[in-house]
Amino acid sequence: MTYIAKPKFQHPGLPKNDLGFTHRDYEGKVSTLCAGCGHDSITASIIEACYELSIEPHRVAKISGIGCSSKTPDYFLGNSHGFNSVHGRMPSVLTGANLANRDLIYLGVSGDGDSASIGFGQFAHSIRRGVNMTYIVENNGVYGLTKGQFSATADRGSKNKRGLMNTDNAIDLVAIALQLGASFVARSFSGDKTQLVPLIAAAIQHKGAAFIDVISPCVAFNNHAGSTKSFDYVREHNDAVNRLDVITGRDPITVDYAPGTVQVVEQHDGSKIALRKIDADYDPHDRVGAMTFLQKHAAKGQIVTGLLYVDPDSDDLHAHLNTVETPLNQLGEKALCPGSAALDKINASLR
Amino acid sequence: MKPTDISAPDYFHKVVDCQWACPAHTPVPEYIRLIAEGRYSDAYMINWRSNVFPGILGRTCDRPCEPACRRGRVEETPVAICRLKRVAADFKDDVKHRMPRPSPKNGKRIAIVGGGPASLTVARDLAPLGYHCTVFDSDPKAGGMMRTQIPKFRLPDSVIDEETDYILDLGIEFKGGQRIDSLKKLLGENYDAVFVGSGAPRGRELEIPGRKEAAANIHIGIDWLSSVSFGHVEKIGNRVIVLGGGNTAMDCCRTARRLGGEDVKVIVRSGFEEMKASPWEKEDALHEDIPILNFMVPNAFTHDNGKLTGVTFEKVRAEYDAKGKRNLVPSGEPDQTVECDDVLVAVGQENAFPWIERDCGVEFDKWNMPKVDTTTMGSTNPKVFFGGDAAFGPKNIIWAVAHGHDAALSIHKLLSGEDITERPLPEVQISSQKMGIHEWSYDNDVSSDKRYKVPHRDKVIALKDIRAEVELGYDLKLALGEAQRCLNCDIQTVFSAPLCIECDACVDICPMDCISFTENGEEADLRGRLKAPSPHLDQDLYVADGLKTGRVMVKDEDVCLHCGLCAERCPTGAWDMQKYLIDMTLAGTSCQSKARSAA
Repeated sequence: MTYIAKPKFQHPGLPKNDLGFTHRDYEGKVSTLCAGCGHDSITASIIEACYELSIEPHRVAKISGIGCSSKTPDYFLGNSHGFNSVHGRMPSVLTGANLANRDLIYLGVSGDGDSASIGFGQFAHSIRRGVNMTYIVENNGVYGLTKGQFSATADRGSKNKRGLMNTDNAIDLVAIALQLGASFVARSFSGDKTQLVPLIAAAIQHKGAAFIDVISPCVAFNNHAGSTKSFDYVREHNDAVNRLDVITGRDPITVDYAPGTVQVVEQHDGSKIALRKIDADYDPHDRVGAMTFLQKHAAKGQIVTGLLYVDPDSDDLHAHLNTVETPLNQLGEKALCPGSAALDKINASLR
Repeated sequence: MKPTDISAPDYFHKVVDCQWACPAHTPVPEYIRLIAEGRYSDAYMINWRSNVFPGILGRTCDRPCEPACRRGRVEETPVAICRLKRVAADFKDDVKHRMPRPSPKNGKRIAIVGGGPASLTVARDLAPLGYHCTVFDSDPKAGGMMRTQIPKFRLPDSVIDEETDYILDLGIEFKGGQRIDSLKKLLGENYDAVFVGSGAPRGRELEIPGRKEAAANIHIGIDWLSSVSFGHVEKIGNRVIVLGGGNTAMDCCRTARRLGGEDVKVIVRSGFEEMKASPWEKEDALHEDIPILNFMVPNAFTHDNGKLTGVTFEKVRAEYDAKGKRNLVPSGEPDQTVECDDVLVAVGQENAFPWIERDCGVEFDKWNMPKVDTTTMGSTNPKVFFGGDAAFGPKNIIWAVAHGHDAALSIHKLLSGEDITERPLPEVQISSQKMGIHEWSYDNDVSSDKRYKVPHRDKVIALKDIRAEVELGYDLKLALGEAQRCLNCDIQTVFSAPLCIECDACVDICPMDCISFTENGEEADLRGRLKAPSPHLDQDLYVADGLKTGRVMVKDEDVCLHCGLCAERCPTGAWDMQKYLIDMTLAGTSCQSKARSAA
């Protein structure tokens, strides 16, 4: 944390997006997290992704639970809607908000404690329902706010700051998300913005449950030798399967890649992602293959990152429920409460 | 790119744009901080050491520091550095006891020709070292052009007296009213060295028809200004034309307004924008209801019975050739005659060395200027040095001071038996400003205030009294506000790669997007890959290698606010805010050459 506010001055040559905003216009308050916290880099990546997509800030709802990670929505998109909910309850608040107003972009921001421990059930159900959202877990493997106890995502055998070994098995949120049917699943690292920013941008454009697990070293309690979520460890064991560029109308990709190494994925809303393959055998459309790949590499101690799975024909909860196009919160009382005659008709149809 | 060598004193000196641009390299941010702390005397003494005339320069400096000021690249206007210097002079306590003491004479005698800023600087630097300095000036009092050519409503006599006295009190022999008319004779008096700071005393003529016939009402600007200064001229006609577009022209027209000129016009050959006068001086003239007419070339003085009646002008326009060079070509409009009672000619100044015999070892070039070394200020006669306007033609006070320092250093080295071409490095003091986890010993919060205007005396009153100073200077409240605008560019961001864990915290917090971590490359390529555009190629990139990922840290120094947020957000202390106090080495004990001190 810092004692002074970030100066309002900005670089005079800062580029502007289609809306005339610079990336500084997507900032929030100055972070009160520890200096060097990985979460601040994720904050910066969300800012960058929203800037690049020229998102109108008032179209975003950022919803979080409790924890270091759940504080971060205060530090980005200062002009967006926000809801800092109860511990582990971000997914249900987000689901409710999404059902009431399907027009907004939903950013669920959570941590490993908030999503893998107290909110594990909520996490699971929001994913399996296919709520249209970008669900970001800022995963540091420790409970930073309570001084560094192992969290549910800490790897078995990793050491805490005092040298004690974790004896519990780790929950791999990416594996669970794949298993539960998330239609966009990715893992990244807070120390690699070139990978993370386009992943967030692609997730925002994705229709359906998009899940990103971001390993985010805790500089205060989990950045030592023996940790598997430290800057050094993640950099050494990072196995990126692909790199991607989000193709927006504004900035067509002009970089020449070797033929066959770029795969263009068109998402439901017509947006495109250019995937640069690093691992030639990796197919991001193969859910079962992705799960196997993940487990094999995890067994070898490698951290697989990149866009692991995407279903280009994905759907969301509103499609499943066959709700009207107009957001429910914009319907009048007459439409929402059509009267007893309509109810009788429904009841009759169910007899 | 090669990693930046931050141990080279020039690297961080360049980052302090104002200090780098100042010919005398005044440590500007340091004295501005002292003003903010209310330590006006300390701020004054820092200035006094570097630029010798803080009170005078705080009113009259050409301020090369201000166009260079980083603040001008961050927002519209730079810090009012010059007027803050005046604050230090206005609000200081008695500083006499802080001046150097006259020291026992070392038996060496220096003759100094001219009593202006360059000469007085030489005397000030050398007298405390024991040299016997004799200053000759044709005017009765010291100060040179500062006293004779700058109008009193810009620079009161009391300020000149105070600051020339600080120097003369160092045991300097001042011989006023004594014009030197032979260098040969002076050299014959066995001085150990001679410094020539005789200025550029001759106003350029305008030889066009009618000049001779109407001579009674046509005056050379600088001569007229000094006559006004000495009280020999007390009035001028009602309608006055000032020819010329430099600062002397501005002084002339404003002076004319105070001596009875009601209809005073400045008429220039060039366009208004290209005029040589400083923008603020033009502004002051316009404010006193003096129109500036441009693109008019005088081609004749009109007269009737030996009395000036006006000036005829040819109308021109600017044309630019392929190389961008400007030519003034006739616009085709008919000539225009502007009626007037008096004309002041301020079209430039020239050097004049009729008193230097061409056979006394001082060689002259084809423009009749002495051959002077730009570093040592030495001439081809090893005993004779030049400085100020006498060295390279008309410049300004602060350049004269810088020349004086360089010449004094050369003279001291010469008379100590050293090689004068070997120049000492500046003295650099480095100290971390870290006081606590988020605490710095400087005020790192960046003020977003706009530049504060200096209060002016009411125009009606100002125009009535030629001695009434127009600018009133900042009061303490305004001074504090303006001082807070300084970005503390001398508090440097110092990076240590071995401590860096590449967490990106500095990149994310930097309000100006100065910092990038990226693959190394050639400079042009690297500049294209930074987080924000990097258009100012004269602003250095700070490159550090040795990071674990093999990337380099690149910081574009261009618009860094020196807010210290990178260092505050750094978990490992890889960034530190360190004050680099860079002081030019003046003539004195610490300027011995490196080889000597090592021996």
